[in-house]
Amino acid sequence: MSEPRAVAETGTAAAAGTGPQGPAAAGTGPQGPAAATTFSKSEMMIVAAARELAGQRVCFVGVGLPNIAVNLARRTVAPNLELVYESGVFGAIPARLPLSIGDPTIVTGATAVVSMFELFSFYLQGGLVDVGFLGAAQIDRFGNMNSTVIGDYEHPKTRLPGSGGACEIAINARQVFVIMRQSKRSFVAEIDFRTSPGNLGGAETAARARREQGWLGRGPSVVVTDLAIFHFDETGEMRLDSIHPGATLDQVRETMGWEPKMADRPVTTPTPTPEELRLIREELDPEGAYTK
Amino acid sequence: MSKVRSMRDAVADLVHDGDVVAIEGFTHLICFAAGHEIIRQRKRDLTLARLTPDLIYDQMVAAGTARKLVFSWLGNPGVGGLHAIRRRVEDAVPAGEDPAPLELEEYSHFGMVGRYTAGASNLPFFPLRSYFETDLPKANPLIRPIRSPFGDETVYAVPPLKPDVTVVHAQRADAHGNTQMWGLLGCQKEAAFAAKRVIVVVEDLVDEMVIRADPNRTVIPGLIVDAVVVEPFGAHPSYVQGAYDRDNHFYRDWDAIAREAVTTQAWLEEWVYGVSGRAEYVEKLGADRVSSLRPSGEAPSGSVDYGVYR
Repeated sequence: MSEPRAVAETGTAAAAGTGPQGPAAAGTGPQGPAAATTFSKSEMMIVAAARELAGQRVCFVGVGLPNIAVNLARRTVAPNLELVYESGVFGAIPARLPLSIGDPTIVTGATAVVSMFELFSFYLQGGLVDVGFLGAAQIDRFGNMNSTVIGDYEHPKTRLPGSGGACEIAINARQVFVIMRQSKRSFVAEIDFRTSPGNLGGAETAARARREQGWLGRGPSVVVTDLAIFHFDETGEMRLDSIHPGATLDQVRETMGWEPKMADRPVTTPTPTPEELRLIREELDPEGAYTK
Repeated sequence: MSKVRSMRDAVADLVHDGDVVAIEGFTHLICFAAGHEIIRQRKRDLTLARLTPDLIYDQMVAAGTARKLVFSWLGNPGVGGLHAIRRRVEDAVPAGEDPAPLELEEYSHFGMVGRYTAGASNLPFFPLRSYFETDLPKANPLIRPIRSPFGDETVYAVPPLKPDVTVVHAQRADAHGNTQMWGLLGCQKEAAFAAKRVIVVVEDLVDEMVIRADPNRTVIPGLIVDAVVVEPFGAHPSYVQGAYDRDNHFYRDWDAIAREAVTTQAWLEEWVYGVSGRAEYVEKLGADRVSSLRPSGEAPSGSVDYGVYR
């Protein structure tokens, strides 16, 4: 994927003072040893995404960043999370972080291994998936996503992987979580190709389409980036709710192709705990494949 | 009657220029040995179908075997793009010159699974609740809306896919082609039943009684199989559950190899044209590399009792 790779920049809890609410905002983070721990933007993003999964039951895991976020969630906020992989696994308990979503470690010890027909027909289209966790190359303010091409479809500037299961996950999962690094190239006013529908042109059109076409999903509910957390407001548009420690509001705005709506008081995302960082660094991604 | 053949004979007899070929297997059980033999025999103008073209089709495209890809996710999982294919798409130049443009026909995963399912079941289409409000039906006019005959709901339909040849890799089969596999099943069964001809490639050839002792594990019956090829390590750098791991290092290495046409061709010279077949490839890979890919421990399934009923 040509997903832009952010250069690892480290933040510290002390730098949380650069957040929108000044130093006091750091107080929303866990106190104690974490305050002295450094962490990268990618680690903050993965931790924030994992925490969003608290209380969720069945999660369909996409390739790339979602893979590490859900595996962290299962070890922290959502121990009962059932991981569904499009390769045909329900109830995976991977012993190592799989590089691909078809790794043998997701098979050994799983609840069920089924054909892809069964996975997509009965589990996903049948309505059993609570959260579809996706990434993309481009996203717009309504959470519509592109993972197909940059430029014209017939003569693309960059040929991306395409839908895979993303298009049907966006339509049939009860809700969609998005994790991606933000930049002017990825957060765009207009996506070049709609691979996975979000809130279309706004909440009203999206609600009508979902009703008339019998979608099971409510669409996107959260976007977690390397700088911030967005949820979707009643108009179906992304709303900036939380800025990660180390990031500034200016940085968030400069890396978006539109002026974001904002919560009355955007908060500062609580810093990663030592345990969350330990899990990422020692258990999930010791080689730094996802967090570099 | 035994269907056991050499890879060379199976490919020579069953894969023809211009065929629609599906080497299936979702991450797991991708038969690189068959793909490499197709390259060595310089088959041409193939339409290559797979959900995820993966490294095997990047190599086959780079070698000039293909004119068209039918797929749903075009990438190197966890690593990046498929550069040889991208060169034929992004830098396409007029036909006849190199690199010639590659035709793409794309679906979503469920769409591809549905296409094989319709092909295997002799149905004119497969209906699914995908593609709503996306640009995919515009990009591929074979994805079409269809009205339910039982109400006013509209869903999308995709056409059947019936490969001329499907290649399936598996843990074991008997000489008749009765094939058992475990781990990720992808849509190997659907792709095999949809095909006119089927080549099964296995790690182990077993006695018919081994198959009959565990009939629930049989995914493909010998009835639809034309050739059985015994090719240990034939899926590398893909993997075989319980036998060897995915060679993730090679998947990462390929990213650098495939970035330039010249390094890609040099790799093909060394590892495909430069060896006579899979046995020589495995020897070249070396015992250390092979043993490093063995599972770190055993995880046997329990056994079940089918019972005797006379």
